[in-house]
Amino acid sequence: MAVQAHPTTRAATLRRRLRLGDNRNLLGFIFMVPAGAILLVFLTYPLGLGLWLGLTDTNIGGTGRFIGLANFRSLFSDSVFGLALFYTILYTTVASVIKFALGLYLSLLLNHRLPFKSIIRAIVLLPFVVPTVLSAIAFWWIYDSQFSIISWALIKLGIIHHYIDFLGDPWNARWSLIAANIWRGIPFVAITLLAGLQTIPPSLYEAATLDGATRWQNFRYITFPMLTPIIAVVMTFSVLMTFTDFQLIYAITKGGPVNATHLMATLSYQRAITGGQLGEGAAIADAMIPFLLAAILFSYFGLQRRKWQAGGRD
Amino acid sequence: MAKAAPEGMEYLSSLPRRLVTLYLPLSILIFVLLFPFYWMATTTFKPDAELYNYEKYNPFWVTHPTFDHIRKLLFETSYPDWMLNTLIVSVTSTFLSLFCAVCAAYAIERLRYSGSQYVGMAIFLAYLVPPSILFIPLATMVFKLGMFDSYWALVLTYPTFLIPFCTWLLMGYFRSIPYELEECALIDGASRLQILAKITLPLAVPGLISAGIFAFTLSWNEFIYALTFISSSENKTIPVGAITELVEGDVYHWGSLMAAALLGSLPVVILYSFFVEYYVSSLTGAVKE
Repeated sequence: MAVQAHPTTRAATLRRRLRLGDNRNLLGFIFMVPAGAILLVFLTYPLGLGLWLGLTDTNIGGTGRFIGLANFRSLFSDSVFGLALFYTILYTTVASVIKFALGLYLSLLLNHRLPFKSIIRAIVLLPFVVPTVLSAIAFWWIYDSQFSIISWALIKLGIIHHYIDFLGDPWNARWSLIAANIWRGIPFVAITLLAGLQTIPPSLYEAATLDGATRWQNFRYITFPMLTPIIAVVMTFSVLMTFTDFQLIYAITKGGPVNATHLMATLSYQRAITGGQLGEGAAIADAMIPFLLAAILFSYFGLQRRKWQAGGRD
Repeated sequence: MAKAAPEGMEYLSSLPRRLVTLYLPLSILIFVLLFPFYWMATTTFKPDAELYNYEKYNPFWVTHPTFDHIRKLLFETSYPDWMLNTLIVSVTSTFLSLFCAVCAAYAIERLRYSGSQYVGMAIFLAYLVPPSILFIPLATMVFKLGMFDSYWALVLTYPTFLIPFCTWLLMGYFRSIPYELEECALIDGASRLQILAKITLPLAVPGLISAGIFAFTLSWNEFIYALTFISSSENKTIPVGAITELVEGDVYHWGSLMAAALLGSLPVVILYSFFVEYYVSSLTGAVKE
């Protein structure tokens, strides 16, 4: 430390002060340097740079100049961007709602006394642990137009008569990708809510049951209110991750067929990296920010306020 | 904690009722969650003749298991290189992030310097910044700094999502360690560094392990930065290599693709199966507060 360079008496005083911990600010600053430096250089700065790039016509290999809001104006009349915006919102809404419903249901099931509890938990976590792209490849194969196991099973069961073209038809592709996203997102919601469920004191249920509460009332008036703060956190994360999803789409359809399944993130990659129009790509990425802020603010002001219900600090 | 909430009243429901309301839906959900992995594994070990002939062979079963796809993957593609790259990048960025996160979490949670609660808030917000809006500006930076197509591009950018997460998790962990222990050590004449090294860190080992596993998995799974910042085949990571190099034009070698997915998933799965209890408990700790 810099302390060594000072004359001994000053060093001794300084060291003593550090020891007593009354110069927390200096010590705190030193401790924050590694994390702070990396985050400032590789997170805060690029965040600003991204906003700036969206206002320029930079392309790969050239420096751009400031063109104001021209990128955003051209996106406004860009039908592919419109499709991507539409699908991003559809994807986020449908997938988040179903992930929440099924995740909550699964966590309630897991909260029962079960044999092989820890093994079941480990199994449930699998889709969350495995690299998204790799499980997406498995879904790609499951959705194959000729050898789809789903189509095969449904035909054998006599439910359908032709193989389903999962990824060739725009709407089929949209729903298939949403299903894959739900599959991947359920474990995170379920396990986190399970952690929350375990903090609810059993005596509440016992008291309510003595008073004649039904199962539904137990859930509606005890479980749900007690879980609200954790639901807020989990769903904020879930919505943010779904809205900015990239891997699943890139691995399975790359935005096709006919741009039907582009999310804003994949479109921005296509324009910026594949197409070389960094400025335009950055503008698409910037266009995601208002939605993200809205989601964060909504969860913070709408749901987080009930933190006291779980006995937490406000 | 170990005894879950509604257990006290579990005797109220009879076995048939439990079968319908609990075991049946649970089995269906677990089947759905597991099926893609089962499918991945069976495809890996099926010979091509079986893979594309559902009439003659039952697709749900492997009749003549083969290691052909795995052999092809390991000896005829750059897969071993990708595995090594992924390992190097993940381990390096995990240790780098853990070091930064321990320092930051200790400073925020224990030194409590002025403004530390705002910094804590800022770190939490940093975790909410998605890589999808950072990769374009980061790509221009990586290019200007001459790190394009090198390990450095990934080792230095992965901490942007690892540090906020680890710091957040460790802050929760440090908070659960009693202050009194540190005060005792202060009175006995320990310096802040000694306290951190000899008291706080040993007590935080479970938190460190789960933060480490988490960071390792997140960097193992990372895709968009690796896709954007790496261009030559031998420098790619597993997820990127599998999706960009194993598909030749319109010919999909499903056997090898599934083998790549299976082998790429195994390390994280094994890691988790050993530490799942640490994981769940630390998540509980982090969520509870």
